[in-house]
Amino acid sequence: MAARLRAPGWYRGAWTFALGIGFAYGLTILLRSLLGADPVLDGNAVLTVALIAAPLFFLVGFGGFDYWFYWAAGKPTRPEDHSGHGAQSWKDYFRINTDHKVIGIQYTVTSFFFLLVGGMLAMLIRAELAAPGSQFVDADTYNGLFSVHASILIFLFIIPVFAGLANFVLPLMIGAPDMAFPRLNALSYWLLPIAGLMMIASFFAPGGSFSSGWTAYAPLSTDLPIGQTFFTVAVQFAGASSVLTALNFLVTIITMRAPGMSFWRMPLLVWANFSTSLLVVIATPFIAASQFFVLLDRSLGFNFFQTGLAAGNNGDVLMYQHVFWFYSHPAVYIMMLPGFGIISEILAVKARKPIFGYRMMAFSLLAIVVLGFTVWAHHMFVSGMQSWIRIPMMITTAIIAVPTGIKVFSWLATLWRGVLHLDTPMLFALGFLTMFTLGGISGVMLAIIPITIHVSDTYFIVAHIHYVLFGGSLFTIFAGVYYWFPKMTGRMYDETLGKLHFWLTFVGFNMTFGPMHIIGLQGMPRRVSDYAEKFAGWNLFISISSFVVGLSTLVFVYNMISSWRGGARAGANPWRALTLEWQVSSPPPVFNFDAVPTVVGGPYEYGIPGAVHGIFKTPAEAKPAGTVATRPTSE
Amino acid sequence: MLVLGVIASAVGIALALTINWFPTQASTQAADIDHLFNVLLVVSIPVFVGVEVVVLFCVWKFRMRPGEELKDGVPIHGNTRVEVVWTAVPAMLLVGLCTYAYVVLHRIEKPLPNSMVVNVTGEQFAWTFEYPAQGAGGKAVTSDVLYLPKDRPVQFRVRSADVIHDFWVPDFRMKIDAVPGLTTKYRVTPTRLGRYAVVCAELCGLGHAAMRQNAYVVTPVAFKTWMAKQAGAAGPAPAGGGAKTPAGGDLAARGRQVFTQSASPTCGACHTLADAGTTATTGPNLGQVLKGKNAAFIRQSILQPNAQIAKGYGPNIMPPNFGSTLSKQDIDALVAYLEKVAAK
Repeated sequence: MAARLRAPGWYRGAWTFALGIGFAYGLTILLRSLLGADPVLDGNAVLTVALIAAPLFFLVGFGGFDYWFYWAAGKPTRPEDHSGHGAQSWKDYFRINTDHKVIGIQYTVTSFFFLLVGGMLAMLIRAELAAPGSQFVDADTYNGLFSVHASILIFLFIIPVFAGLANFVLPLMIGAPDMAFPRLNALSYWLLPIAGLMMIASFFAPGGSFSSGWTAYAPLSTDLPIGQTFFTVAVQFAGASSVLTALNFLVTIITMRAPGMSFWRMPLLVWANFSTSLLVVIATPFIAASQFFVLLDRSLGFNFFQTGLAAGNNGDVLMYQHVFWFYSHPAVYIMMLPGFGIISEILAVKARKPIFGYRMMAFSLLAIVVLGFTVWAHHMFVSGMQSWIRIPMMITTAIIAVPTGIKVFSWLATLWRGVLHLDTPMLFALGFLTMFTLGGISGVMLAIIPITIHVSDTYFIVAHIHYVLFGGSLFTIFAGVYYWFPKMTGRMYDETLGKLHFWLTFVGFNMTFGPMHIIGLQGMPRRVSDYAEKFAGWNLFISISSFVVGLSTLVFVYNMISSWRGGARAGANPWRALTLEWQVSSPPPVFNFDAVPTVVGGPYEYGIPGAVHGIFKTPAEAKPAGTVATRPTSE
Repeated sequence: MLVLGVIASAVGIALALTINWFPTQASTQAADIDHLFNVLLVVSIPVFVGVEVVVLFCVWKFRMRPGEELKDGVPIHGNTRVEVVWTAVPAMLLVGLCTYAYVVLHRIEKPLPNSMVVNVTGEQFAWTFEYPAQGAGGKAVTSDVLYLPKDRPVQFRVRSADVIHDFWVPDFRMKIDAVPGLTTKYRVTPTRLGRYAVVCAELCGLGHAAMRQNAYVVTPVAFKTWMAKQAGAAGPAPAGGGAKTPAGGDLAARGRQVFTQSASPTCGACHTLADAGTTATTGPNLGQVLKGKNAAFIRQSILQPNAQIAKGYGPNIMPPNFGSTLSKQDIDALVAYLEKVAAK
């Protein structure tokens, strides 16, 4: 037992967690007595410090920092025996593990758990909105429901599930044995459940969960009860996780590509994650800053956002929104670009054709990265900021539709004269193509200032964001999960259930979010638990449709669990794909490749007889086959 | 396929333009914005329909048939001319739309002479409307109901007393945040008589969903009458003035007082009634429409204004909530008074 308490793992994590809480008590009592505050013991102060300290103490105990601590202290680090690598039993998924494939599955499964939580919250929201008036929850609980719903699905589902899929697939795709920094990879995963559990736990906080929306606009967020601090701190953990993973991806992509894989031979999923990681690394510190401002205002009485000239306060409320959206607009692309990558992979393989305009596809990703930083204030057209800034923001916002349009049109051209395999991943990819186009069109409408003046903060916005994040991102996620399910688990999923899942989701989704455009234009504001009588009919319809979407998720969950346990064995390459991850067994060996692959051609040379992307020979042996490349390649 | 796309787009546009997307147009801004939206629809629908037609056509034409399991598509890597077209055409289209949007924006926001200023203050969870220099001796008049004269430009100056709110009248289309520490503003020109909802559009806490008040667009004459009455009163008339009724006064006399003073808004703010000395014209002249009517009809017309509407007037103009803002005694008194007038 004593050895267990000393060794990294859950036992040591438990007592260091308790130590963290003790530290929070000690620190606040010490500081408050030094400052002469009365009472010396303040529950909110202790809780605020504990929210930050206890998870960090837990991570130390759990073993997230062991290697670096040994190294920094000059102690002999344990020689790398790869004991923390790979998974032999389910227990290996519940400890610090440095294998990118294990971490990828940890990420994906955790994110889907939070999808179910966020979806349940959505069902509660729709139950309350089924009729005007107040039925199940009071106004404060309702405000908490939609705030936690959005925060969990953005920070704990869409962003990390893409990181999870890429974690599994990306090193395989570029022919690398693992990520560049495996220990950092493990740490960045374990920051994630902490953030998610903290958001859920906010429902048990005195005064209820955080209820200022996922946007947490000050000064509302600085005035709310302690539940708001759960959001403020959880976002720091989720954000740190994102940044660390993104750094890891960047270094992995830049330095660990297999011989012969020039930038112009990288699959578009790799390009997409390269672009996304740039966005994450540059933008995420801004949301961290905005939440630190709120935290300091709340707990230490800084006056960032306190106005009121009588009290002598001269805070700046608009500053919060500028800093917040400087992250949160690029965040929309963080939640979309990896999906673009997934769709490019699936369409090429399932249409049996090269991606149309490969280079323009890569350039348009980079164009979105750059333009994505120039449009943030379009979220603030009615915020009362100086009015001239709206004009350049409108133009850049409209122009960002050009690279996005290039992608959509190129995907369509990829379908042209292909041989379309209409299985579940392909159906979700085509569903994405149609729904995302609609979300893009309402996006262009929202760039147009006079329209936004009327529809901002209405259900039109709710419809738009769900067409982009549900019809867009979530459809690409489903497509990707079905597509790589054989590779990740070594089993095939049930095709019939997969198609049933698609059609239920597709129809239910449109019936739920389509009518929201109408009630938004008609004047129904968002984030309200009660609404005018004239919206009652549509809202009942939307609520019933949303339960269809909820039901469809159960089909998906059942399919995943039963296929993982007892599905048919999958071969190494069931889709006859060219990219490298399909050239190894399903699931792949612990160190991915027995021989280092050499890349000799583009990733999507379908339809060209004898074309190969990578071969498992030495570079010298591989030379003659290099003639297969049909386009000039350069680095 | 092209023919199919054109036909589908035309049907889509026709369908979209017949749908009534927006609430009532009650300001000049509403007309401009709705028109802009229709233009956007006309441009967007061919794009959406085009994508759908290509996807469906490919699914139909190029789907894998039995026996084609190992067949590959045609290896087309790209086509520079096509790619230039689908980069340049959308770019020009979007720049064109932005230019048009700028023109509309300029028109709906351009300052106009003869604008009336109304100071709007949002606080958790109510709006207050202040009309500067309209009262006696240049004093400001404040009200919890927004009254606006028809066809006169009004400039709202919006402030907040606590957190961020958003001042929005959907039928006017315009909105702006009420930001603590700033004064924000916008302008509308109401063009249609009626009662409209004032909505808070920015999440402001517990009572956000209930932060709803009424805006009335009335004739300039009615506005003047209302303003004169407000300026005379010490403050806004409290609702349900049962406590102020003179003791021992008979029912009809008390009803007359409800008619002219206690109801919020007062009946006289909208209705002409010779007996009560009111001359407003937003609603029908009660001296004429009530002639010979019984108590039941009068009661219903107060409690459910839309049940029977006088000829020449639209629905939803009269507030439907007098049943809750007036006490039962006040309503009884009002009915008794009006019945007495109607019988004259």
